[in-house]
Amino acid sequence: MAEMDTSSGGGHKKGPGVKKSKKLSTRVDLTPMVDLGFLLITFFVFTTTMSQATAMNMNEPKDDDIENQKKVKESGAMTILLGRGNQVYYYYGELHADKISEEFKSTNFKEIRKLILGKKQSTPIDDLMYIIKSDSASTFKNSIDILDEMSINAVPPGHYAEVDITETDRLLIQKTEEANGIK
Amino acid sequence: MPKVKIPRKSTNVDMTAMCDVAFLLLTFFILATKQKPPEVLAVTPPSSVSSKAAPDKSILVTMTADGKVFLTLGDETKKNAVIDDFNKTKALGLTGAELAKLKKSEFIGLPANKLKSAMASNLVIAPTAMDGIPTDSTNNELSDWIRSVTNAYAGEDQKALEKMLLVKGDNAALYPIFKQVKQAFKKNQIFKFRIVTNSEDIPQGSELAKQPAN
Repeated sequence: MAEMDTSSGGGHKKGPGVKKSKKLSTRVDLTPMVDLGFLLITFFVFTTTMSQATAMNMNEPKDDDIENQKKVKESGAMTILLGRGNQVYYYYGELHADKISEEFKSTNFKEIRKLILGKKQSTPIDDLMYIIKSDSASTFKNSIDILDEMSINAVPPGHYAEVDITETDRLLIQKTEEANGIK
Repeated sequence: MPKVKIPRKSTNVDMTAMCDVAFLLLTFFILATKQKPPEVLAVTPPSSVSSKAAPDKSILVTMTADGKVFLTLGDETKKNAVIDDFNKTKALGLTGAELAKLKKSEFIGLPANKLKSAMASNLVIAPTAMDGIPTDSTNNELSDWIRSVTNAYAGEDQKALEKMLLVKGDNAALYPIFKQVKQAFKKNQIFKFRIVTNSEDIPQGSELAKQPAN
Protein backbone atom coordinates (compact mmCIF):
# COMPACT_ATOMS: atom_id res chain seq x y z
CA MET A 1 0.00 0.00 0.00
CA ALA A 2 2.65 2.46 0.94
CA GLU A 3 4.82 2.04 -2.11
CA MET A 4 6.08 5.06 -3.93
CA ASP A 5 4.47 5.55 -7.24
CA THR A 6 7.20 5.57 -9.78
CA SER A 7 5.34 4.23 -12.75
CA SER A 8 3.97 7.48 -14.01
CA GLY A 9 7.31 9.11 -14.27
CA GLY A 10 8.15 7.68 -17.68
CA GLY A 11 8.57 10.51 -20.13
CA HIS A 12 10.45 10.14 -23.42
CA LYS A 13 11.49 6.78 -24.53
CA LYS A 14 15.13 6.39 -24.95
CA GLY A 15 16.79 3.59 -26.70
CA PRO A 16 18.25 0.64 -24.91
CA GLY A 17 21.55 1.24 -23.37
CA VAL A 18 20.97 4.89 -22.80
CA LYS A 19 21.27 5.47 -19.13
CA LYS A 20 18.56 7.59 -17.70
CA SER A 21 18.92 9.37 -14.43
CA LYS A 22 16.44 8.01 -11.97
CA LYS A 23 13.85 10.53 -10.98
CA LEU A 24 11.80 9.62 -7.99
CA SER A 25 8.24 10.79 -8.06
CA THR A 26 7.09 12.95 -5.21
CA ARG A 27 3.64 11.42 -5.18
CA VAL A 28 2.67 9.61 -2.05
CA ASP A 29 -0.10 7.11 -1.73
CA LEU A 30 -2.75 8.91 0.29
CA THR A 31 -5.10 5.97 0.81
CA PRO A 32 -4.16 5.37 4.49
CA MET A 33 -4.55 9.06 5.21
CA VAL A 34 -8.04 9.05 3.69
CA ASP A 35 -8.85 5.98 5.76
CA LEU A 36 -7.72 7.73 8.89
CA GLY A 37 -9.71 10.85 8.02
CA PHE A 38 -12.95 9.00 7.54
CA LEU A 39 -12.35 6.89 10.61
CA LEU A 40 -12.06 10.04 12.71
CA ILE A 41 -15.16 11.54 11.10
CA THR A 42 -17.15 8.41 11.89
CA PHE A 43 -15.87 8.47 15.44
CA PHE A 44 -16.83 12.09 16.01
CA VAL A 45 -20.22 11.78 14.40
CA PHE A 46 -21.12 8.78 16.53
CA THR A 47 -19.88 10.16 19.82
CA THR A 48 -21.54 13.56 19.48
CA THR A 49 -25.08 12.56 18.55
CA MET A 50 -25.33 10.15 21.46
CA SER A 51 -25.35 12.71 24.24
CA GLN A 52 -27.97 15.15 23.12
CA ALA A 53 -30.19 16.52 25.84
CA THR A 54 -33.81 17.06 25.02
CA ALA A 55 -36.56 18.73 26.96
CA MET A 56 -39.94 17.36 27.78
CA ASN A 57 -42.85 19.69 28.31
CA MET A 58 -44.59 19.55 31.63
CA ASN A 59 -47.92 21.16 32.34
CA GLU A 60 -49.14 21.27 35.87
CA PRO A 61 -52.78 21.78 36.75
CA LYS A 62 -53.76 24.77 38.82
CA ASP A 63 -54.54 23.70 42.33
CA ASP A 64 -57.17 26.24 43.21
CA ASP A 65 -59.79 25.80 40.53
CA ILE A 66 -61.61 22.81 41.90
CA GLU A 67 -64.64 23.71 39.81
CA ASN A 68 -62.68 23.00 36.69
CA GLN A 69 -61.63 19.60 37.88
CA LYS A 70 -63.26 17.01 35.75
CA LYS A 71 -65.38 14.38 37.31
CA VAL A 72 -64.00 11.07 36.18
CA LYS A 73 -66.26 8.25 35.16
CA GLU A 74 -65.45 5.12 37.06
CA SER A 75 -65.66 2.98 33.94
CA GLY A 76 -63.04 5.07 32.15
CA ALA A 77 -60.53 5.51 34.94
CA MET A 78 -57.32 3.64 35.43
CA THR A 79 -55.20 4.41 38.43
CA ILE A 80 -51.49 3.80 38.11
CA LEU A 81 -49.42 3.78 41.26
CA LEU A 82 -45.65 4.02 41.31
CA GLY A 83 -43.92 2.24 44.12
CA ARG A 84 -40.52 1.31 45.43
CA GLY A 85 -38.02 -0.54 43.27
CA ASN A 86 -39.55 0.44 39.89
CA GLN A 87 -42.74 -1.43 40.71
CA VAL A 88 -46.02 -0.32 39.19
CA TYR A 89 -49.45 -1.05 40.62
CA TYR A 90 -52.76 -0.38 38.96
CA TYR A 91 -56.49 -0.75 39.25
CA TYR A 92 -59.47 0.15 37.12
CA GLY A 93 -62.19 2.42 38.39
CA GLU A 94 -62.55 2.33 42.13
CA LEU A 95 -61.44 -0.29 44.58
CA HIS A 96 -64.14 -2.27 46.37
CA ALA A 97 -63.30 -3.27 49.91
CA ASP A 98 -64.27 -6.91 49.44
CA LYS A 99 -62.41 -7.44 46.18
CA ILE A 100 -59.19 -5.55 46.73
CA SER A 101 -56.90 -8.51 46.19
CA GLU A 102 -58.41 -9.07 42.75
CA GLU A 103 -58.57 -5.46 41.71
CA PHE A 104 -55.28 -4.15 42.98
CA LYS A 105 -52.69 -5.59 40.64
CA SER A 106 -48.96 -5.17 40.42
CA THR A 107 -46.92 -4.98 37.26
CA ASN A 108 -43.75 -3.34 35.96
CA PHE A 109 -42.69 -0.73 33.45
CA LYS A 110 -42.38 -3.26 30.64
CA GLU A 111 -45.96 -4.45 30.93
CA ILE A 112 -47.63 -1.16 31.72
CA ARG A 113 -47.45 0.01 28.11
CA LYS A 114 -49.72 -2.81 26.96
CA LEU A 115 -52.11 -2.18 29.84
CA ILE A 116 -52.33 1.54 29.08
CA LEU A 117 -52.93 0.76 25.43
CA GLY A 118 -55.52 -1.89 26.27
CA LYS A 119 -57.44 0.55 28.42
CA LYS A 120 -57.22 3.21 25.74
CA GLN A 121 -58.63 0.89 23.10
CA SER A 122 -61.44 -0.46 25.22
CA THR A 123 -62.69 2.89 26.50
CA PRO A 124 -64.46 5.71 24.65
CA ILE A 125 -62.00 8.56 24.43
CA ASP A 126 -64.23 11.01 26.30
CA ASP A 127 -64.36 8.79 29.37
CA LEU A 128 -60.70 7.86 29.38
CA MET A 129 -58.67 9.03 32.35
CA TYR A 130 -55.39 7.82 33.77
CA ILE A 131 -54.70 8.80 37.32
CA ILE A 132 -51.04 8.66 38.28
CA LYS A 133 -50.07 8.51 41.91
CA SER A 134 -46.50 8.30 43.10
CA ASP A 135 -45.42 6.79 46.37
CA SER A 136 -42.71 8.64 48.26
CA ALA A 137 -40.31 5.76 47.62
CA SER A 138 -40.65 6.00 43.84
CA THR A 139 -38.01 7.89 41.92
CA PHE A 140 -37.92 10.85 39.59
CA LYS A 141 -37.16 8.44 36.78
CA ASN A 142 -40.40 6.60 37.48
CA SER A 143 -42.51 9.75 37.22
CA ILE A 144 -40.87 10.74 33.96
CA ASP A 145 -41.10 7.21 32.58
CA ILE A 146 -44.82 6.98 33.20
CA LEU A 147 -45.42 10.36 31.56
CA ASP A 148 -43.30 9.12 28.70
CA GLU A 149 -45.46 6.01 28.45
CA MET A 150 -48.45 8.32 28.08
CA SER A 151 -46.86 10.03 25.11
CA ILE A 152 -45.70 6.71 23.65
CA ASN A 153 -49.28 5.48 23.76
CA ALA A 154 -50.44 8.83 22.37
CA VAL A 155 -52.80 9.48 25.24
CA PRO A 156 -54.11 12.97 24.53
CA PRO A 157 -53.19 15.62 27.10
CA GLY A 158 -55.93 16.17 29.62
CA HIS A 159 -56.63 12.45 29.82
CA TYR A 160 -53.98 11.79 32.41
CA ALA A 161 -53.18 13.57 35.62
CA GLU A 162 -50.83 13.31 38.50
CA VAL A 163 -52.62 13.22 41.80
CA ASP A 164 -51.37 13.05 45.37
CA ILE A 165 -51.40 9.56 46.77
CA THR A 166 -54.12 8.71 49.27
CA GLU A 167 -53.55 6.96 52.53
CA THR A 168 -55.45 3.84 51.40
CA ASP A 169 -53.35 3.53 48.27
CA ARG A 170 -50.18 4.03 50.26
CA LEU A 171 -51.11 1.28 52.68
CA LEU A 172 -52.04 -1.06 49.85
CA ILE A 173 -48.67 -0.53 48.21
CA GLN A 174 -46.95 -1.10 51.52
CA LYS A 175 -48.83 -4.34 52.05
CA THR A 176 -48.10 -5.61 48.56
CA GLU A 177 -44.46 -4.67 48.88
CA GLU A 178 -44.21 -6.58 52.12
CA ALA A 179 -45.90 -9.59 50.56
CA ASN A 180 -43.60 -9.50 47.53
CA GLY A 181 -40.52 -8.76 49.59
CA ILE A 182 -39.60 -5.51 47.84
CA LYS A 183 -37.34 -3.26 49.81
CA MET B 1 -3.81 -14.09 -35.33
CA PRO B 2 -2.05 -10.96 -34.34
CA LYS B 3 -1.95 -10.20 -30.72
CA VAL B 4 -4.08 -7.29 -29.67
CA LYS B 5 -2.19 -5.23 -27.22
CA ILE B 6 -4.26 -3.87 -24.44
CA PRO B 7 -2.51 -1.00 -22.78
CA ARG B 8 -2.22 -1.63 -19.12
CA LYS B 9 -3.39 1.24 -17.04
CA SER B 10 -2.40 1.74 -13.47
CA THR B 11 -5.13 1.11 -10.93
CA ASN B 12 -3.74 3.78 -8.65
CA VAL B 13 -6.13 6.61 -8.17
CA ASP B 14 -5.07 9.99 -7.01
CA MET B 15 -6.18 10.14 -3.40
CA THR B 16 -5.32 13.75 -2.73
CA ALA B 17 -8.80 15.07 -3.44
CA MET B 18 -10.47 12.44 -1.32
CA CYS B 19 -8.05 13.11 1.49
CA ASP B 20 -8.87 16.79 1.29
CA VAL B 21 -12.58 16.08 1.54
CA ALA B 22 -12.13 13.74 4.48
CA PHE B 23 -10.16 16.22 6.50
CA LEU B 24 -12.39 19.10 5.53
CA LEU B 25 -15.38 17.18 6.89
CA LEU B 26 -13.44 16.23 9.97
CA THR B 27 -12.52 19.85 10.66
CA PHE B 28 -16.11 20.90 10.07
CA PHE B 29 -17.52 18.38 12.52
CA ILE B 30 -15.00 19.18 15.21
CA LEU B 31 -15.63 22.90 14.95
CA ALA B 32 -19.39 22.59 14.58
CA THR B 33 -19.95 20.46 17.67
CA LYS B 34 -20.39 22.30 20.87
CA GLN B 35 -18.13 21.21 23.63
CA LYS B 36 -20.11 20.15 26.64
CA PRO B 37 -18.87 21.91 29.75
CA PRO B 38 -17.54 19.48 32.32
CA GLU B 39 -20.32 18.61 34.72
CA VAL B 40 -19.68 19.63 38.26
CA LEU B 41 -22.71 17.83 39.57
CA ALA B 42 -23.08 14.28 38.35
CA VAL B 43 -26.68 13.95 37.23
CA THR B 44 -28.00 11.27 34.89
CA PRO B 45 -31.33 12.43 33.55
CA PRO B 46 -34.03 9.93 32.57
CA SER B 47 -34.83 9.33 28.93
CA SER B 48 -37.94 10.29 27.03
CA VAL B 49 -39.23 10.14 23.47
CA SER B 50 -39.44 13.92 23.31
CA SER B 51 -37.35 15.27 20.48
CA LYS B 52 -37.33 18.95 21.35
CA ALA B 53 -33.87 20.23 22.05
CA ALA B 54 -33.23 21.81 25.43
CA PRO B 55 -32.69 25.57 25.23
CA ASP B 56 -29.17 26.92 25.69
CA LYS B 57 -30.10 29.74 28.01
CA SER B 58 -32.01 28.44 30.96
CA ILE B 59 -33.04 28.81 34.54
CA LEU B 60 -32.16 25.33 35.64
CA VAL B 61 -33.20 23.50 38.77
CA THR B 62 -31.00 20.46 39.36
CA MET B 63 -31.95 17.59 41.62
CA THR B 64 -29.12 15.25 42.55
CA ALA B 65 -29.42 11.61 43.50
CA ASP B 66 -28.91 12.41 47.18
CA GLY B 67 -31.81 14.83 47.21
CA LYS B 68 -30.08 18.19 47.00
CA VAL B 69 -31.54 20.96 44.91
CA PHE B 70 -29.46 23.52 43.05
CA LEU B 71 -30.35 26.53 40.98
CA THR B 72 -28.42 27.71 37.93
CA LEU B 73 -29.21 31.10 36.48
CA GLY B 74 -28.05 30.68 32.92
CA ASP B 75 -29.31 33.99 31.58
CA GLU B 76 -26.50 36.47 32.26
CA THR B 77 -28.65 39.51 31.50
CA LYS B 78 -30.99 38.83 34.40
CA LYS B 79 -28.74 36.93 36.78
CA ASN B 80 -27.82 40.04 38.74
CA ALA B 81 -31.41 41.19 39.00
CA VAL B 82 -32.51 37.83 40.41
CA ILE B 83 -29.76 37.71 43.01
CA ASP B 84 -30.30 41.32 44.04
CA ASP B 85 -34.01 40.69 44.41
CA PHE B 86 -33.41 37.60 46.55
CA ASN B 87 -30.97 39.52 48.71
CA LYS B 88 -33.54 42.25 49.21
CA THR B 89 -36.66 40.16 49.82
CA LYS B 90 -34.95 37.75 52.20
CA ALA B 91 -33.06 40.61 53.91
CA LEU B 92 -29.76 38.78 53.69
CA GLY B 93 -27.71 41.96 53.89
CA LEU B 94 -25.04 40.82 51.46
CA THR B 95 -22.41 43.44 50.70
CA GLY B 96 -21.18 44.33 47.23
CA ALA B 97 -18.24 41.93 47.29
CA GLU B 98 -20.36 39.10 48.66
CA LEU B 99 -22.99 39.67 46.00
CA ALA B 100 -20.30 39.66 43.33
CA LYS B 101 -19.03 36.32 44.59
CA LEU B 102 -22.52 34.83 44.55
CA LYS B 103 -23.11 36.09 41.04
CA LYS B 104 -19.94 34.41 39.89
CA SER B 105 -20.85 30.97 41.16
CA GLU B 106 -22.52 28.72 38.65
CA PHE B 107 -24.59 26.74 41.10
CA ILE B 108 -26.61 28.28 43.88
CA GLY B 109 -27.01 25.60 46.47
CA LEU B 110 -26.90 27.05 49.94
CA PRO B 111 -29.67 27.77 52.42
CA ALA B 112 -30.33 31.49 52.87
CA ASN B 113 -29.01 31.49 56.44
CA LYS B 114 -25.65 30.12 55.31
CA LEU B 115 -25.25 32.33 52.26
CA LYS B 116 -23.82 35.34 54.09
CA SER B 117 -21.08 33.48 55.94
CA ALA B 118 -20.14 31.40 52.91
CA MET B 119 -19.88 34.43 50.67
CA ALA B 120 -17.93 36.41 53.27
CA SER B 121 -15.22 33.78 53.57
CA ASN B 122 -12.44 33.50 51.02
CA LEU B 123 -12.99 29.81 50.48
CA VAL B 124 -14.88 28.66 47.43
CA ILE B 125 -17.26 25.83 48.22
CA ALA B 126 -17.57 23.16 45.57
CA PRO B 127 -21.19 22.45 44.59
CA THR B 128 -20.84 18.86 45.78
CA ALA B 129 -20.06 20.13 49.28
CA MET B 130 -23.08 22.43 49.39
CA ASP B 131 -26.23 21.58 51.31
CA GLY B 132 -28.60 22.37 48.48
CA ILE B 133 -31.49 24.80 48.58
CA PRO B 134 -34.05 23.71 51.19
CA THR B 135 -37.35 22.64 49.64
CA ASP B 136 -39.28 21.39 52.68
CA SER B 137 -42.90 22.37 52.78
CA THR B 138 -42.24 24.50 55.85
CA ASN B 139 -39.17 26.23 54.47
CA ASN B 140 -39.34 26.09 50.70
CA GLU B 141 -36.52 28.47 49.81
CA LEU B 142 -36.55 27.31 46.23
CA SER B 143 -39.96 28.92 46.01
CA ASP B 144 -38.39 32.20 47.23
CA TRP B 145 -35.74 31.90 44.56
CA ILE B 146 -38.35 31.26 41.88
CA ARG B 147 -40.23 34.31 43.12
CA SER B 148 -37.11 36.41 42.66
CA VAL B 149 -36.80 34.94 39.18
CA THR B 150 -40.38 35.84 38.29
CA ASN B 151 -39.85 39.33 39.71
CA ALA B 152 -36.82 39.81 37.49
CA TYR B 153 -38.71 38.62 34.44
CA ALA B 154 -41.88 40.56 35.13
CA GLY B 155 -43.80 42.07 32.26
CA GLU B 156 -42.75 41.39 28.73
CA ASP B 157 -39.98 38.98 29.62
CA GLN B 158 -42.48 36.52 31.03
CA LYS B 159 -42.89 34.74 27.71
CA ALA B 160 -39.13 34.33 27.49
CA LEU B 161 -39.02 32.93 31.00
CA GLU B 162 -41.55 30.24 30.16
CA LYS B 163 -39.18 28.78 27.62
CA MET B 164 -36.21 28.94 29.94
CA LEU B 165 -37.43 27.07 33.01
CA LEU B 166 -35.82 23.67 33.13
CA VAL B 167 -35.80 20.92 35.68
CA LYS B 168 -33.04 18.36 35.54
CA GLY B 169 -33.07 15.46 37.87
CA ASP B 170 -31.09 12.34 38.53
CA ASN B 171 -32.74 9.01 37.84
CA ALA B 172 -32.39 8.05 41.47
CA ALA B 173 -33.79 11.26 42.96
CA LEU B 174 -36.83 10.41 45.03
CA TYR B 175 -40.29 11.58 44.06
CA PRO B 176 -40.94 13.84 47.11
CA ILE B 177 -38.11 16.15 46.05
CA PHE B 178 -39.57 16.45 42.58
CA LYS B 179 -42.93 17.18 44.15
CA GLN B 180 -41.43 19.96 46.26
CA VAL B 181 -39.79 21.46 43.20
CA LYS B 182 -43.12 21.39 41.38
CA GLN B 183 -44.69 22.97 44.43
CA ALA B 184 -42.13 25.77 44.34
CA PHE B 185 -43.09 26.53 40.75
CA LYS B 186 -46.80 26.31 41.45
CA LYS B 187 -46.58 28.72 44.37
CA ASN B 188 -45.30 31.29 41.92
CA GLN B 189 -48.08 30.64 39.43
CA ILE B 190 -45.80 28.77 37.08
CA PHE B 191 -47.52 25.77 35.62
CA LYS B 192 -45.39 25.14 32.60
CA PHE B 193 -41.80 24.08 32.62
CA ARG B 194 -39.60 21.56 30.89
CA ILE B 195 -37.73 18.52 32.02
CA VAL B 196 -34.28 17.74 30.73
CA THR B 197 -34.14 14.22 29.38
CA ASN B 198 -31.94 12.10 27.19
CA SER B 199 -33.53 11.44 23.86
CA GLU B 200 -34.78 7.96 23.19
CA ASP B 201 -36.16 6.39 20.03
CA ILE B 202 -39.90 6.01 19.70
CA PRO B 203 -40.64 2.30 20.12
CA GLN B 204 -41.61 0.51 16.92
CA GLY B 205 -45.29 -0.23 16.56
CA SER B 206 -46.37 2.06 19.38
CA GLU B 207 -49.31 4.43 19.05
CA LEU B 208 -46.96 7.38 18.84
CA ALA B 209 -44.99 5.81 16.00
CA LYS B 210 -48.22 5.30 14.05
CA GLN B 211 -49.16 8.95 14.30
CA PRO B 212 -48.11 11.19 11.43
CA ALA B 213 -45.00 13.15 12.33
CA ASN B 214 -45.78 16.67 13.36
